[in-house]
Amino acid sequence: MAAMTPVSREPLLSVRGLSRHFGGLKAVDGVDFDVPAGQVRAIIGPNGAGKTTFVGMICGRIPPSAGTIRFDGADITDMPAHRRVLAGIAYTFQITSVFANLSVRDNVALAVQRRHVGGKGGRLSPRAFAAEIGAALARVGLADRAGETAGNLAYGHQRLLEVAMGLALSPRLLILDEPTQGLSDAEIDGFIGLVREIAGETTVLLIEHNMPVVMALAERITVMDQGRVIAEGTPAEVRGNRTVQAAYLGAPVDA
Amino acid sequence: MSPAAPHGRVIALHLAVVALLFAGEFVLPAYHHGVMARIMVLAVFAMGYNLLFGYTGLLSLGHAMFFAAGMYGAGLTAYHLGWSVAAAFPAGIVAGAAVSAGIALLALRTTGVAFMIVTMMFAQVGYLLTLYFGNWTRGEEGLTLAPAARLLGPFDFTDPATRYFAALALFAVVLFLTLAVVRAPFGRVLVAIRENEERTRMLGYDTFANKLAATVLSGTICASAGAAYALLFGYFGSTFATVAYSILPLLWVLVGGAATTLGPFLGTLAMYYLIDISNDVLNRHFPDWDMSYLGTVGVALVLLVLFFPKGLLGTLRQRWVVWLP
Amino acid sequence: MAFGPHLLLAALEGLVQAAVLALTALGLSLVFGVMRVVNVAHGEFFMLGAVLAWGVTTAVSGHPALGFAAALVVAPLAVGAVALLSERLVLRRLDYNPEATIVATIGLLYILQQAALTFYGPEARPVVPPFNIRLQLPWFGYSAYKLSVIGASAVVLAATWFVLARTRIGLVMRATQYDREIATAFGIPVERVYAGVFALGAMLAAVAAVLIVPISQAHYLMGADPLLLSFIVVIIGGLGSLRGTVVAALLIGLSDGIVSVFFSPTLAKIIATLAVALVLVFRPQGLFGQAAR
Repeated sequence: MAAMTPVSREPLLSVRGLSRHFGGLKAVDGVDFDVPAGQVRAIIGPNGAGKTTFVGMICGRIPPSAGTIRFDGADITDMPAHRRVLAGIAYTFQITSVFANLSVRDNVALAVQRRHVGGKGGRLSPRAFAAEIGAALARVGLADRAGETAGNLAYGHQRLLEVAMGLALSPRLLILDEPTQGLSDAEIDGFIGLVREIAGETTVLLIEHNMPVVMALAERITVMDQGRVIAEGTPAEVRGNRTVQAAYLGAPVDA
Repeated sequence: MSPAAPHGRVIALHLAVVALLFAGEFVLPAYHHGVMARIMVLAVFAMGYNLLFGYTGLLSLGHAMFFAAGMYGAGLTAYHLGWSVAAAFPAGIVAGAAVSAGIALLALRTTGVAFMIVTMMFAQVGYLLTLYFGNWTRGEEGLTLAPAARLLGPFDFTDPATRYFAALALFAVVLFLTLAVVRAPFGRVLVAIRENEERTRMLGYDTFANKLAATVLSGTICASAGAAYALLFGYFGSTFATVAYSILPLLWVLVGGAATTLGPFLGTLAMYYLIDISNDVLNRHFPDWDMSYLGTVGVALVLLVLFFPKGLLGTLRQRWVVWLP
Repeated sequence: MAFGPHLLLAALEGLVQAAVLALTALGLSLVFGVMRVVNVAHGEFFMLGAVLAWGVTTAVSGHPALGFAAALVVAPLAVGAVALLSERLVLRRLDYNPEATIVATIGLLYILQQAALTFYGPEARPVVPPFNIRLQLPWFGYSAYKLSVIGASAVVLAATWFVLARTRIGLVMRATQYDREIATAFGIPVERVYAGVFALGAMLAAVAAVLIVPISQAHYLMGADPLLLSFIVVIIGGLGSLRGTVVAALLIGLSDGIVSVFFSPTLAKIIATLAVALVLVFRPQGLFGQAAR
């Protein structure tokens, strides 16, 4: 919506000392993390590095064991997940979880109506409501599939629907959890174009395994390993970082 | 459910059902006329149940307590305090709303099988309470309302025609209320909760608050059926609080089709006559079999869940009439 | 009677209750533990056991003990066969889906009640106890048969424990309970285990019913109370825990027996049911169970 958020001194998302312990396992261990408004940030790291747990705490699905999370200047550490969505944090699931038995249109309608019924957007006329749904679907190229049952879509299209639902929330921070997993090369190219477009209007936090996608999209990269941040910088800086290479078992990052 | 569903056709269908029932007053023979009045009130009970089970996906085994709350809320105030119908009926509804809110706050902390057992146990407590306070309720024997307690202004519910129209009025109001609810954004959220609660939460919905609202709405509708039953038919007793009256709405909804607006009515109608006819036939041919509703209900439940889980209208919608709400 | 003896009498009555309840609840707990099926028809297997016991004892002439011994063998076997049949024809076809099986077992409950009503009738009928000896305690006389029920139930419980904990059958059952897929991968015939467990659960209820029927009476609607009490025991004791089940059965049986002597039985049931519902709401793993694995 608002093309540019006014530059504030505080970053949009600011995390201090965030930890999550499962029994003796430290899934996330004392992470400090800042994302300024408007940035596309990627979080990378080997399997089990704690990336999904980390963003799970940011969007409120997992309660932290310690630490604070500030979003847009307010402490949201204890805010329930559904209120964080209203505050502007949207999360797209790692494992596709669109409403398989509902139509594509209804899937997006659920996201659109959240802003208008009891949200900040005010009531909409049925026509404007339908128009917003159509617009969100058009963004991801699913406009002609609105009437189909979501579960019958091809996998790649379900992922796009998932993104459309995230976009329809008009988030200030869009968290994409491994969005290209299972997509074909052509679909990935389309996806990169889509995120570039989105990046103009919202802050994006991208968790991704696919290095070419990360290198193509991210302005800055945060590298996690064993629950900690081991490096952070521009794609070029991260690529040259020896600690990062070691975390990936010595393999060059862009392999 | 979706905005593209033909609005006019849906409204016309529901109006036609109400009109057909209206015509029933003039064409039905006396016996079936009386039966139909009862069926319409019980269908309201089933529609309330459907809102929670069919649309929200919460299988309660304790809805008898909401029906009974309405029944005793209206019946006891009319019997002991001499309240008029105009006061006793709202009293039943308020009682149902209060009971369902209290129960929901506790029971909704559980999910799945635990939710089923917890609701069943709370309903059992409700039933036992109607026995424990037998001085006021007369337990299983129940109480009969005097004809004077069944007057609403010029309307006398001891008159079959008046009773029929009163039942129809309540039925029509609740039918269009559920239609409005399930086609509203709120209804879409309930279905989303049924399909995937976690995803719904991550779209920014307070799923607990929505489930709470659905339970209270469902319980209150069931209570209105209970209150109407006591005032229209002039009798209320503990039988209506037993487990059987928690199972019956589930059965009716399963037969007619869960998450369809007309399914509960159709299911109630079908089961009522199925039990009636099968008992008649079997008792005539096998008089020493002691057929009661038990066997028919049991066989129907097992066959439905095995071979026909979507029910009459659910199957119809899946195969042929996709626009059916 | 003075307070002390009165309490002793109540405790003895409670102990008899607890013994029978432990067996019935163990059946329910096994079925839920291994199969994840909530068997709402469990109380009707109990009822069926009692009704069949009446049938067998009336059919066998001679000393009452003879008929009773026959009932103790025939009734559980017959009930086990009915359970096996319902598992085959209904539960397996539903793939043990939790919600569908609850609806189906509710249907089964009604079918069994109707069958009992049709073939046995609406009357409550007594069964003659196998022996009729009164033990004279200093304060009151007490039925030796009731005491033997406690003993018999303890023996069956011990045997069940032995099978579960010390034999290959028990091991296979625990493996299936732990993870159905892995058990299948290790060549365990999961479907046969399920069928066996369902039958065993029903047979435990039937044994309990045969033991209690000379004290109470056989009636086609008698299944409701054992079902509710078994639920209570299983919830308080924690699911799938033999020790928890026995402890909870003692707790519920004794308190029910004692409270019923001093208060109205309806009030006792109200309090017990409410308490258990609240346990399920606030402490779903039961009072003796561990937090979710």
